[in-house]
Amino acid sequence: MMASEVPLAKVLERFGGKVELDETATDMPCLLVPPEDLVELCLFLRDDAELQFNFLSDICGVDFHPEIPRFMLVYHLVSIPNHWRLRLKCRLFDPPAAPTITPVWTTANWHEREAYDMYGIIFDGHPDLRRLYMWDEFDGFPMRRDFPLRGYKDNYNPLGATRRDGGGGA
Amino acid sequence: MGVLTNRFQDSVFFTTSDNIINWSRKSSLWPQTFGIACCAIEMISAGCSRYDLDRFGVVFRPSPRQSDVMIVAGTVTRKMAPIVRRLYDQMAEPRYVIAMGTCAISGGVYNTYAVVQGVDCIIPVDIHVAGCPPRPEALLHGFLQLQDKITGTRVLRAEEPETLPSPEGA
Repeated sequence: MMASEVPLAKVLERFGGKVELDETATDMPCLLVPPEDLVELCLFLRDDAELQFNFLSDICGVDFHPEIPRFMLVYHLVSIPNHWRLRLKCRLFDPPAAPTITPVWTTANWHEREAYDMYGIIFDGHPDLRRLYMWDEFDGFPMRRDFPLRGYKDNYNPLGATRRDGGGGA
Repeated sequence: MGVLTNRFQDSVFFTTSDNIINWSRKSSLWPQTFGIACCAIEMISAGCSRYDLDRFGVVFRPSPRQSDVMIVAGTVTRKMAPIVRRLYDQMAEPRYVIAMGTCAISGGVYNTYAVVQGVDCIIPVDIHVAGCPPRPEALLHGFLQLQDKITGTRVLRAEEPETLPSPEGA
């Protein structure tokens, strides 16, 4: 398994109990991290001379509605010199907020904007947290599980769902 | 031209002004160079040498000011809708719209929050060309139908009454 290749023991030891190994992931090693320790963990993974996770491949949001905690952020990292991949999972409560990792990997800027656009996850300290795909006036976060697939009814979308009172898009 | 050469006397043709106007309009239908999804590939194919839209006087123009037809070739997203509308508004009259493909006609399989459910929601459509995507022959057929439609229009003459008054009278 790839999990044995990446020396994760030193990471777990360095963060002593705050970061856990996710045994359920079988395709690549996976760490569970609380949002408070995310930036520190990312800096360590990037700057450690042995690990060198110098490439952030992707950030995705997940909505587990109606579970609690409701949201999750999934980060995929690549260590280009070592040919290693690593996944970080970070569970978030509702309303979801996480620290930005744009200072660690610049490419996180647009990935985090995408997660904000689709899930409404607020990234504290993000330099430019605007919507990425949807237009600025769009109401709601379309990838949330309580957002209707067909959107809300209006002139452009006669087949959409009727907006509920008091519990609309966002 | 061989069989026609020097066969006719000096001739005078009689026709109506409407016929001249309609003939000139239908013989130079200039579409916008404007494709928004995979239907555009078929549109390009229809314009190239194999199907050769040019022989109908259909020549793609790069500016809405110079064009008579807008071929809405593809999925119109909600974010694209104001731009499609603006391009339509910038065209000089008379202007025609061909909705090419299922997405432009009805939204197609994309019955979602992000897609306009038929371009009729934003601009008036003259010809619907069905298909996903339609073959170039279908687009040619759409142009022929549009030419038929133009042939019948009254530019200078008064509109024909809905029903002709019967000689017996009422």
